[in-house]
Amino acid sequence: MSYIQYFQIPEMNRRLLKVWLRNKDVFMKNVKLNFLPPFLEPILYLLAMGFGLGAFVDEINGVSYAQFIAPALIAVSVMYASFFECTYGSYVRMYYQKTFDAIIATPLIIEDVIAGELFWGATRSTINALVMTPVIAAFGLIDLKYALLIIPFAFLGGLLFACIGMCFTAMTPNIMALNYPALLFITPMFLFSGTFFPLEVLPEPIQYFALAFLPLTHIVRVIRTLAYGSLELSLLSDVIWILLATIIFYILSMNLMKKKLIV
Amino acid sequence: MVTIDPIIQAEGLVKRYSELIAVDGVSFYVEEGEMFGFLGPNGAGKTTTMKMIQCVSPKTSGKLEVFGMDASAHQREIKKYMGVVPQENNLDPDFTVYENLRNYSRYFDIPPIEADKRIEELLNFVQLRDKKDSMTESLSGGMKRRLVLARALLNNPRLIILDEPTVGLDPQARHLIWDKLRFLKKSGVTIVLTTHYLDEAEKLCDRLVVMDYGKIIVEGEPGQIIKDQIGSGVVEVDNHPEIVECLQKSGSSYEVMGDIIVIYTNDPTHITDQLSMECSLDKMITRKATLEDVFLKLTGRKLRE
Ligand SMILES: Nc1ncnc2c1ncn2[C@@H]1O[C@H](COP(=O)(O)OP(=O)(O)OP(=O)(O)O)[C@@H](O)[C@H]1O
Ligand SMILES: [Mg+2]
Repeated sequence: MSYIQYFQIPEMNRRLLKVWLRNKDVFMKNVKLNFLPPFLEPILYLLAMGFGLGAFVDEINGVSYAQFIAPALIAVSVMYASFFECTYGSYVRMYYQKTFDAIIATPLIIEDVIAGELFWGATRSTINALVMTPVIAAFGLIDLKYALLIIPFAFLGGLLFACIGMCFTAMTPNIMALNYPALLFITPMFLFSGTFFPLEVLPEPIQYFALAFLPLTHIVRVIRTLAYGSLELSLLSDVIWILLATIIFYILSMNLMKKKLIV
Repeated sequence: MVTIDPIIQAEGLVKRYSELIAVDGVSFYVEEGEMFGFLGPNGAGKTTTMKMIQCVSPKTSGKLEVFGMDASAHQREIKKYMGVVPQENNLDPDFTVYENLRNYSRYFDIPPIEADKRIEELLNFVQLRDKKDSMTESLSGGMKRRLVLARALLNNPRLIILDEPTVGLDPQARHLIWDKLRFLKKSGVTIVLTTHYLDEAEKLCDRLVVMDYGKIIVEGEPGQIIKDQIGSGVVEVDNHPEIVECLQKSGSSYEVMGDIIVIYTNDPTHITDQLSMECSLDKMITRKATLEDVFLKLTGRKLRE
């Protein structure tokens, strides 16, 4: 068994856009319902945690608790949107709806389908950031100076979680088993990535672990810095980390999926 | 002289799923404009063969050319001119009938206006116009199958692959599909189908093969196959040891199938006379030989997994 086969560079074809369009069309059929969570969730979180819980919390690094968690809410939503789209969503389309089978009976090939799914997942993340950023800004919790940069960054971060999710989708024996990565990977990340309290309060080894292995820490750092209205050179290391991880998981997810679906 | 190459050509085609050899070195060709059938018991390897022709399942070894192109190297080009009705319906439950077709037309780069025109025609063709805005979930089995057929025709294919197109349909729906297939054949489309309805294959197919355990066991025109394998007629009698003995003595070609004996013959009257005189038998049924007789003779009565 050679590991090289999991790292073959996949072909990328513009036809992946057709798969993206298919998912967009379905999304638009329920557009109001789909826009509700990213609109409502930050409001609820900010009310409960930012202003409710925040009343008992002193400032963190010179900002109010609400201001501290507001960017993290966007980061978490970026993670959730694409991860769940490319795990449960893709699995349902692949296994139950046989959508992939139908598509590959046309000039599209499986690489196009998976790439379309991944970019659609990233788009879901971007849409969430697009809705949430103004809502949070309306609470006065975002400095607008670099806020626009959050949107394209959400696409990159979303793509990373789409690719990671797709790897699990390729490996899971059934849909129930997707609960494991959701529970053991996504939920801890939701809590321990500098989202609701600064990473610095954790023991140092855990901090290093988080920075090395928890993608959300980097996404939180970038979005938080941008939301505070600054653009630091140190963000470059986070962006490079995310880029490299995205490339690796993109290639890996593609090869895992090909191995699963081409029999 | 212009030689017309076959639309599909397979030589020594093999498909292996880890331990199991699903298709075991089959060779066949399908000519342009032909209706070609694949018959065989469950698990014979029909769907596997269809999937290789559709370029979605890579062959293990052998040669497979579609439209004169290697199926493993030119998937996109081949699929562009091919329509597929898969064994299992895979309509998009997120879309209505119209949206299903509209969305599918995009995969073939059909421009929107052209697509709408074709969708209109195809919905008429498969008699689903009234259902245009229904969700696919709400369609009956026959309607779904017709919609899948319409979807397979969106790109004006030169070749259509149908894997059990009439499975689970009532006689009316089945006849409707047959009609449509005949019409398509008349307009020059090459059709490859698999089916378990042997009367269907006998009526529709110009040529067919019977597969079993991944191998082709017989190939030819339905009428010719029946003549070669069975003869023109069949006489059925109840199974009694004395009759078996009597038949053995006369050297007839027969098969014991449960509590009946099936006798294959080109001259049914001769057999019935012989049976009533020599074996003193009077309860006999004489009928035309069918493809079903061939099928059961060649693949046996045993149920497949
Ligand atoms: N993806 C797969 N992995 C492993 N084995 C498979 C796979 N697909 C089919 N097989 C096996 O290959 C053999 C041929 O299957 P195939 O689906 O081609 O049969 P078929 O002739 O279409 O049967 P049916 O009439 O039931 O549709 C069967 O033994 C089947 O179990
Ligand atoms: Mg089959």
